[in-house]
Amino acid sequence: MTALDSDIAHLLAGSMVLVSFLLLYQDRMFALLNVFALHACVLSFSVGWQAYLQNAPHLFITAVIALVFKGVVIPVTLHRIVVRLGIHRSIETVVSVGPTMLFGIALVALSIVVMLPVTVAAGAFVREDLAFALSIVLLGLLMMVTRRNAVSQVIGFMSLENGLVLAATGARGMPLVVEISVAFSVLIAFIVIGIFLFRIRERFDTVELQALDMSRGETE
Amino acid sequence: MIRDWLTQLVQLAAVLVLAPLLTGVTRKVKARLLRRRGPPLLQPYRDLLKLIRKETVVAENASWLFRSAPYVIFATTWVAAALIPTFATGLTFSAGADLIVIVGLLGTARFFLALAGLDVGTSFGGIGSSREMMFASLAEPAMLMVVFTVSLFAGSTQLSTISAYMLGPQMGLSISLALAIVALIIVSLAENARIPVDNPATHLELTMVHEAMILEYSGRHLAVIEAAASLKLLLYMSLIACMFAPWGTAVAGGGAAAYSIGLVAYAIKLAVGGFLLVVFETATAKMRVFRVPEFLGVALMLGLLGAMLLFVSRVSQ
Repeated sequence: MTALDSDIAHLLAGSMVLVSFLLLYQDRMFALLNVFALHACVLSFSVGWQAYLQNAPHLFITAVIALVFKGVVIPVTLHRIVVRLGIHRSIETVVSVGPTMLFGIALVALSIVVMLPVTVAAGAFVREDLAFALSIVLLGLLMMVTRRNAVSQVIGFMSLENGLVLAATGARGMPLVVEISVAFSVLIAFIVIGIFLFRIRERFDTVELQALDMSRGETE
Repeated sequence: MIRDWLTQLVQLAAVLVLAPLLTGVTRKVKARLLRRRGPPLLQPYRDLLKLIRKETVVAENASWLFRSAPYVIFATTWVAAALIPTFATGLTFSAGADLIVIVGLLGTARFFLALAGLDVGTSFGGIGSSREMMFASLAEPAMLMVVFTVSLFAGSTQLSTISAYMLGPQMGLSISLALAIVALIIVSLAENARIPVDNPATHLELTMVHEAMILEYSGRHLAVIEAAASLKLLLYMSLIACMFAPWGTAVAGGGAAAYSIGLVAYAIKLAVGGFLLVVFETATAKMRVFRVPEFLGVALMLGLLGAMLLFVSRVSQ
């Protein structure tokens, strides 16, 4: 493996973290969906590059799954859902963008601090990938926490899952069966969430999740 | 030794002479992109000469600070611009002055500009100063993060070492560097009061920042401040060129040919930089003032992220 190879792997994994930040930054619905598609595409390139480096053909399948499902199918479907729900306005965030970004940076620092000492025995690649993957997972969680809108929470969830796939590829040896079943479970989760979105809207006339708090009696 | 001094003196003269020309070029290209004729390239020089010859009107309640601030701003900016290896490395001052000194000099200039804006006590000056400091509180840390990232790469904050490292064989593909350059470009746009942050060509009261602070200046004071603003644009462009595109720069001890190649390369870099700046400005709209901290926050975030990613790749190898 030459220096250029590892540089490209670092570049792709690092850009996934960057695109996670872009997801946090976006406050328009369609732009959010586009950035999510970009996130999945970068994931797919990253996995594909790993497949080439590790000489592992089954990772190519993972890459194709990521590209087709998360890069195309899910964003297009979400796009349609957003249009049908009529919520292509700006998203209301609970915390404003600036503090969210700072919090995100702190989470990235946390995952680096946690991951690098734990994985001393592993190779350079695995360590990098795991640190980045943990920060992508945490950023996905942060996105789910800071957004009120159900659709953007779905996006946060999906980006979190992208982080998991990145971790699995770096760790060299997630079996293909597991990979395919994860992909399909995400797809099924997506369908269920889609149905729920419409049910929530039917009942509460909105997909803002604060309405649900109200019906649980948490706020007056 | 003598050659170093000579290079340094040529550098001092070159930045001073070229800066208004760069401003003129950007204005001309911008006008052409908007399908206007635009002022001639030498117009900024004529403006400066005209301002120097005009009478200087100073407000009644202006203190000595108001009168001396323009010269301090000009001097610090000029020195900072002269510290950057533009066409040749091996400047005399570069031994004692690194990137952090340049950031510090620019910070000094900003401090005095903000003080001068407050000095007369008009409301516009106050608004301008408060906005400038608000932007600076994000732009300066972002700039320092960029400095740290680049210095971590090169193992030095010396600009000549950094540009030599960037040309060297150990320089690979790196996302941290990409993040650093984007962050530096955002900071430069904000620092030079260019379009998404502030419009250099307007005097609309509600949106202006830089122009609001210098509203009370006239005559030679204004000329000096305008010259400093041109110098600052040149400085940031040279800084980006020196750190991220150091091709063609003459190294210390090269022959006359190397120096002339360096000068030509520098002129080309400035022209390309000015053109790209104008294209970007023409394609974007100005932001609301309260969006600017978000924009600069992105620069800060990119700088931090770049430093962190670099840290990961260094530690894991």
